[in-house]
Order: sequence, then C-alpha cells, then structure tokens
Amino acid sequence: MTLGLGREALDALRRDRTAVVCLVVLGLLVLATLAGPALLDYREDEIDWSHMAAAPFEAPGHWLGTDRLGRDLLVRTLHGLRISLAIALAATLVSLVIGVAWGALAGFRRGRTDAWMMRFVDVLYSLPQVFFVIILTVVFGRGSFTILVAIGAFGWLTMARIVRGQALALREREFIDAAIVGGAGTARILARHVVPNLLGPVIVYATLTLPQVILVESFLSFLGIGIQEPLASLGNLVADGAAELETAPWMLAVPAACLMLVVFCFNFLGDSLRDALDPRDR
Amino acid sequence: MRLAPAAATVLQPDGAMRYKCRRMTTLAFVLRRLLGAIPTLVLVIALSFMLTRLAPGGPFDEEQALPPEIRANLEAAYGLDEPAVVQFARYLRGLLHGDFGPSFKFRDFTVGELIADGLPVSLGLGAGAMLLALGFGIPVGVLAALSRRGLADRFVMAFAVAGMSIPVFVVAPLLTLVFALWLRWLPVAGWLPGRPSDTVLPIVALALPVIAFVARLTRGSLLEVLRAPWIRAARARGLAERAVILRHALPAALLPVVSYAGPAAAAVLAGSLVVETYFGLPGMGRHLVQGALNRDYTLVMGMVIVYAALMIAFNLLADLAYAALDPRIRRERAQ
Amino acid sequence: MSALLEIRALTVDFLAPRVVRAVDGVDLALGPRERLAIVGESGSGKTQLLLACTGLLAANGRATGSVRFEGRELLGPGDAAAPARGRGIGFVFQDAGGSLTPHRRIGDQLIEVAMAARGMPKRQACDESLAMLGRVRLPDPGSTMNAYPHELSGGMRQRAAIALALAARPRLLFADEPTSALDVTVQAEVMALLDALCRDFGMALLLVTHDLGVVAALAGRIAVMYAGRIVEEGDTDELLANPAHPYTAGLLASVLSLSALEDGELATIPGAPPRAGETIQGCRFEPRCPRRRERCRVEGPRLEAGGTSRVACHYPLDAGRSP
Repeated sequence: MTLGLGREALDALRRDRTAVVCLVVLGLLVLATLAGPALLDYREDEIDWSHMAAAPFEAPGHWLGTDRLGRDLLVRTLHGLRISLAIALAATLVSLVIGVAWGALAGFRRGRTDAWMMRFVDVLYSLPQVFFVIILTVVFGRGSFTILVAIGAFGWLTMARIVRGQALALREREFIDAAIVGGAGTARILARHVVPNLLGPVIVYATLTLPQVILVESFLSFLGIGIQEPLASLGNLVADGAAELETAPWMLAVPAACLMLVVFCFNFLGDSLRDALDPRDR
Repeated sequence: MRLAPAAATVLQPDGAMRYKCRRMTTLAFVLRRLLGAIPTLVLVIALSFMLTRLAPGGPFDEEQALPPEIRANLEAAYGLDEPAVVQFARYLRGLLHGDFGPSFKFRDFTVGELIADGLPVSLGLGAGAMLLALGFGIPVGVLAALSRRGLADRFVMAFAVAGMSIPVFVVAPLLTLVFALWLRWLPVAGWLPGRPSDTVLPIVALALPVIAFVARLTRGSLLEVLRAPWIRAARARGLAERAVILRHALPAALLPVVSYAGPAAAAVLAGSLVVETYFGLPGMGRHLVQGALNRDYTLVMGMVIVYAALMIAFNLLADLAYAALDPRIRRERAQ
Repeated sequence: MSALLEIRALTVDFLAPRVVRAVDGVDLALGPRERLAIVGESGSGKTQLLLACTGLLAANGRATGSVRFEGRELLGPGDAAAPARGRGIGFVFQDAGGSLTPHRRIGDQLIEVAMAARGMPKRQACDESLAMLGRVRLPDPGSTMNAYPHELSGGMRQRAAIALALAARPRLLFADEPTSALDVTVQAEVMALLDALCRDFGMALLLVTHDLGVVAALAGRIAVMYAGRIVEEGDTDELLANPAHPYTAGLLASVLSLSALEDGELATIPGAPPRAGETIQGCRFEPRCPRRRERCRVEGPRLEAGGTSRVACHYPLDAGRSP
C-alpha cells in the first residue's frame, strides 16, 4: 500500500492523455497570467476612450474586445485569473496545513483525542459554509484577505477527515511502533514518518480543493461580497458581463470560459490523480 | 437475532395490526432525529452571534458625522451597551417569539418582517428547483442506465459532466441569453405575480447543476444495483422486467440519491442567492446580499439562521426518506 | 417417457474481456419427476449451464445450441426463456441471502410471485404464501412473512428462498449448490426438505453440486462435468459403485471417508483443471489422468452410450465398456 506518489502512479498518470492535456493547459494558463499582461499592450485599469465595448478582433490591440469602460478584456481576464488562482492557492495551502496537522494528530493519537477532534470537525462540517463565509465578510469587511480566511476556515475540514483516515491506517503499521519504542516524540514521528506517507492523498485532494475554492470565491465576487472593484476577479468579471449580456456578450463569454476551463482541468486532473493512486477505486 | 414483532400467526393482509407496528417505530425515529437537530441549530445561532459581536467597530461606524451622544443613545436603544451574554440571551428569547431584532439599515423594518417578506419567494424557488432536480434528474438517470451504453446513456453523461462544471452564476446569464434574448421564449427578469413564465428561468438555472449530478448519480447507482444477485433471482422467479426494476432495483438504487439530497439542498440554497440577485427576485437572498453589502448585522444573522433552519429541516426529510427506503436503518434506530 | 428438459449441444461463451468457453457442447435430458445431479469442481461450467437454460447469463455471455423445455425452445432470439422462468423452472441459488431482495419483506416477495405467476387476488396470495412458508418447515410462518431478509438466519433464508422458487409452482427445479453456504447440520435438513418438496409437488430436479455426499441421497442419476464437458453420466448407485471415467474415480477416491483417514493418506487428483479459455486438442483430463496414453493427447473422446450410461473416455475403467 503505497501512499506516496510512486513511480507506478506517475506512469499511470502519464498514460491518461486527457489528464496530461489538462496539466498542459493549466501550465499554459498560469504562464499566461504571469507573463501575459506584460506582453500585451494595455494595462488592466487603462481606459481606451476610443474603443469602449468593442467586440473581439474589432479594435486594434484588443484581442478579445473591451468592456463597458474601454478596458481590455483579455488583460482583465488574465488579471482576474491571477487573483483567483492566487487566492485559491493560498486558501488551499492554509487548508492543507491545518487539515493535515489536525487529521494526522487525530489519527495518530486515536482514542479520546481523536474522538473530540473529529467531533469538532463534524460540527463545523454541519454548518452552512457559504452563509458563514458571508457573515465573516460582514464582520471583517470585504476583500481578499477576508475571503482567504473565510474559505480557509472551512476548507480544512475535508482534508482533516481524509488525512485522519490515512493516519489511522498508518498507525497500525510496525515501523511506527518501532519509532515510538525508539523514543521519538509525537511531533517527530508525525513529521518524519506519518506525513511523508500521506503525500499521495493530500496532493489529490489539494488538487480537487482548488477548483472548489475558485468557485466559492467567484460566487462571492459575483455577488459583490468578494473581490472588490477595480480589482478584477473572474467572479466579478462574469457579473459585469452578465449585466451587458444583450449588447456585449463577449464580456460574459471570455471570463466564464476561462473560469470553466480552469475548474474543469483541475477537477479532471484531480480525478486522474486519484485513479492513478488507487486503481481499485476505478 | 430479533425477528419482526410477531403480529398474529394469521396474517391479516395489510392488516391494521401490521400498519400500527410500522407507524410507531417511524414516530420514535422522527422524534430522535428532531432532537438531534436542535443542538445544531442552537450552535448556528450562537456562532453567528459570536461572530457578529467580534466585528471591529459597531454597526454605526459607517455613518458619518454622528455626534457621540446620539451614537451612545442609539447603541443603548439597540441594547449594544450590555454585556455579550445578556445580549445573546435576549436574542434567543426574541427568536422564540419570532423576533429577529431590528434591521440596522432598513430602519422601518424589523428583520422578521424582511424575512417574512422574502421567504415565500425563496421557498417557492428552492422547492421548485429541488422538485425539478429530482423529478427530472432521477428518470433521466434511470433511462440512461437502462439504455446500457446506448445513445441515451452517452448523451446523458455528457450533459451531466457539462452541468456539473458550470457554476450557477454562469448558467443563469447563459440561459437568459439563449432563451430570453435570442429565442425570446421567456421574459428576461422580473417577478410579476400573474406571470408564471417568470419562474421558469430562475428555477431551471438553479436546478441545472443539481439535475446533472442527480442524473449521473442515479445512473451509476442503478447500474450497480442491477448487478446484484437478488436482481437475477427476482428475474428467475418469472417477474416482469418492469416489476423487477421498479420494485426491486430502484428503491435500492435511490439510496445514494437520497443521501445526496441534503448537500443538494445546501447547494440550492446557496445558489438561490445568485439566482435571486441576477433575476431581481424579491426573495430572502436579495435581502441577505444587500445586508452583507451594507454590513447590516442583525439582518445577515437572522437570514443565516433561517437558511440554516431550512437546511436542517431538509436534511431531516432526507433522513426520513432514507429510512423509508432502507428498512435496516429503521430497525437499528428504533431499538 | 417424453423429456421435460432436453439440452442439445449447449455451448456457453463469454465474450469479454477475452473469449472464454465455459460450457462446451453439453447434451442432457430430464424427464418429469426425474432427478439429475451435475457434479464437478468449481469452474467446470455447471452453474453457467443452469443460467444459460433460463436466460440469466451475464450480458457478455452467449449461449448456442438448443434447450427445449416442454417442447418449447428457450434459446431463441430476444428473451425466449422468459415465460419458462418461475412458472416452468424454479431456481434455488447458492447464496440464499443474495437471492432475497433486502428492502422488501419476505411476505411481499412471495405474494408478488403468487399474484404475477398464478393470477391470484391478493388475499388468496397471502394465504398461499403463508402456507408455502409452512411447507418449507419454517417454525413461525407469520413472523417470517413480516420479516426482512436480514432478520433471518442463514438456514431460514435458504428455506424462504426455496419457498420463493416454488411459489409459481414450477415443474422443474434448478438447485445450484443449495447447501454449500450452510452449516453442516442445516445442510442435511435442507436436503431432506428438497427431497420431500420435489416429491410432494411432483417436480423434476436438476441439482448442481460439488459435494458427492449430497448427491447420493437425492438424485437418481449423476452427470459428471469437467472443463465444460460431460465426461460421464449414469445411474447414481451404478456410477458410485463402478465409475467408468478416471476423473469420476478420482473424485470418489478423494471423498473423505473413515477408512481413508485410517489409511493415513488423502487421495487427490494431481494437477489442476485447464484454465478457462485454453483450447486443448485431445482429452481435457489427459494431463492428470493415471490411465492416459498417446491417443488421449491427440484425439478428444466423445460421449459413448453403453446401456443406461454414457462415458467420454478412450480407456474407461470398466473393462466391459471399452470400445
């Protein structure tokens, strides 16, 4: 039972062509968000007075058209993607750290510690996530940081559950007993023996958590409770586009397509990773 | 090994005796689950309360140029100068009377009134979406499973994947574009009481991702159940294929779908915020979003509590449905 | 005596993931009230034989040949076996728990069959079902009617499954290892029950088993299957006393008996059956046969009739039968 990302798993992944395509697409998108705005002619807040609400390929230099205020749509979308990805990565990282620590400790300790820790998780799990995130934005004000904290506050729950399951299984194996008898403390055992063996499932679920976070953040930004103007997020770009549907449908199409592409790729990649790690699950 | 309660040794066909036995265990089960739900609700209320009190500054900070005495008076009037525990107790007592407190931004209305104003619309929307999702998603999934990798199956699976990947806030404008602007079959927005066609787009937009998931889930579940040995045995008894599928396969296949009904309701409630905002529907969601944008604490808190209560109620219903389908759960819980 | 069930050249293939032949050209006949036991080890194809006759093969299975039940062909296009299922041929499966629908009460399942197959009104179906549960010797039929399968013990479940198989009053009963999953003490009871029921309802019985002890008590004739083919068939007492095919002899020898234990050595048949899907030119049993000769490797033996029995062997055991 290899819990890490062994050679076998990587091979299986390489053979799944669609997964490779998704990985490549994601790589290209990330590259685009980092390098794109520098290569393009316009800045994201730059208003082009002579080409407002221009369709794609109509106005020179505006490859995907402009929005109502004459801002280049491609650049804004890339910026939006950058912000969405950044928040998603940060929130996922936070969820990962808390979730892994929590789950590993609970699974390793077993008994009463485990019971109480997981009961806490269950209780938080039963709360309506989106609504509490909204409360948090009311309390702490809108903006990137609040969103990050709010989403991270719920994101670690599933990770904790999964990690705890794996840690429980690992606890039964002899090399852990050997380490304990050898006098190693809990923290050390967790860090050197338990966590490295958990990498596999952790990576899988991190990959699957990212699109969830992107969707929640976009959802909030769409409603106006998330990322604020003039900062662009895929969510509020979609909201702007939705308002101009009749006159400028590309304003919706471009960020929406970008969002769905990213979400789909991450989901597919995560599914393929999961299949690669455990063929029995297929 | 406990046998079924021995009624009489002569079985009365669907007799009163048997019916009564069944009803009693169901009642006990319902009560137990209700009691279990109350702590969750209390927790939600407490948590919401704590969070809103944590906010740096008070609800009146955004008002410009409020002289300090008037602000102090306002705070006293709203009871904000009392210790937190007292405030919480007072809030709880108010809740039991259906009083959610005043809205800080809409000075003329209490939160309760705003909730009552929006609840029917939101409930209608949500219930409509759930009914559509289950009423359409399940048959579609069944048909896909029965067509055994035929055209219907492939089509349904493609639709399911698409539906699940598109978030509600993209579906809503998309549907509007196609059906209201291009085809002009339906109105763009609005919610006139006399115009049922207003309801179509919002309900469909809200239901679409759930339909996709339910169809896929039903299909997979039914395919797996059809492989079970007791299905083959039922056919071996000479039962018609339709009876085998409807009475032997389907109830077992629906179990995972019913389990999903809980999370589905949560998704529908969250999605309703987007749908109500986008289509301009006068429901709770619109008030909630407005309240969030205005930092109207009591309004947000009250709404969240109502939404949470709705979800808990729905989860209870889903649990009951599950027990109805799977007799093993019923017996275990009743004992 | 006209045959109730006539199987001719029945072949069952599975198409995916590879092409595998589970049953290879089987001929069998069964008359009314007759009892035939098919004996063979796991993988010999005996279960697939039963499933093919009743049209219950898995989706990737293909049956060719002819199976006639009361004159009607069951292997036709579409689901030709459907009218015969339940009403003509009852089926008792090996795993009784697996043949009862978990979320429906036993009574409901019985009533359903009675109403569908025998066209009874509900009240009458109720009474009939209750009576049937009594016939299968369940201690408290009323409770069992109300019970769900998971509330019954293994033996009770098997009796309920038998009741379900008989509910439509079939003329022929297929029993696929009906006692293999049961405790030894319960096995004898269930076998006696089957015996009595076949007698009382005037049913023919086609019993599939790997347990020779079960056979002797129940069946008048035995057919021995190996690697998808019938290698010997005959009267039970005759065959058990004087087996003609080396495989049959080997099987009998490997059955534990007190005398065998005393001698100290367990007799086994060395080697293993051919793997599914392997095409073999000569006799399939040849690699493991103590009597094999050159001819056996090259030429596959055919079933030859001799008196009331048949055997497929170039060098059968009874000297009087060799060609």
